[in-house]
Amino acid sequence: MIERRNLLKGILGMTAVFSAALLIPKLAFAQWSKAFDANTTEKAMTDMFNKTETTKSDKIYLKVPEIAENGAVVPVNITTDIDNVKTISIVALKNPQPLACSFTIPEGTDSDVSIRIRLFETMDVQAIVETHDGTLYSVQKEVKVTIGGCGG
Amino acid sequence: MKVKAKFENNKVEVKLLVKHPMDTGLQKDKKNGDLIPAKYIQELSCMHGDKLVFLANFGRAVSKDPYLAFSFSGGKAGDTLILKWFDNLGDNEETKVVIK
Repeated sequence: MIERRNLLKGILGMTAVFSAALLIPKLAFAQWSKAFDANTTEKAMTDMFNKTETTKSDKIYLKVPEIAENGAVVPVNITTDIDNVKTISIVALKNPQPLACSFTIPEGTDSDVSIRIRLFETMDVQAIVETHDGTLYSVQKEVKVTIGGCGG
Repeated sequence: MKVKAKFENNKVEVKLLVKHPMDTGLQKDKKNGDLIPAKYIQELSCMHGDKLVFLANFGRAVSKDPYLAFSFSGGKAGDTLILKWFDNLGDNEETKVVIK
């Protein structure tokens, strides 16, 4: 009986260790959000930020090409002078899943990121900057797409 | 994953390229017309020692073979960065790079 009890204790102990090990990365990193699966910008915004309104800001600098010959590879660069930045996200307003990507900017990391994204058709691309107090700032620019980048 | 990390102007500049199909789930296989299932990177992180210096979450709209560039303060030449990604199907990769 004692052996069985010890065995059970051992199993419980190991379970606790495994659970803790599984929890650690979740605590350390922001989790991938179902917002990326959302089919509308409103739903993506609600899933990601719990709100849909953003304040237009001239302190976000969104660099995108005016015309993208190939929608499969559209370079995007975002920088901002806004302080206390928590995340920077890119929303492709007419893509099947509008939320393209989101970057967590820890203290010490520059608010300056570059990436290449796909655009389904000609549309506005929106950069959203979230500050630590939860305010959302945005800017958007149109990209004309000659060949769409999602289907095929 | 190809990573270049360079210490310049008191900052570490990181540029990286991941070899990954980033399949959207909307594209058809040209041979049989079946939809190619979605396979895309969901998360990419960069650690400098114990500190998370960058975290990217991706949806399906990130281009095939994702390219990223970012920079941070607090690192120096000779330090090691650990970069990791995982995708929606559980594939993952970890790369260590020494800052130049």
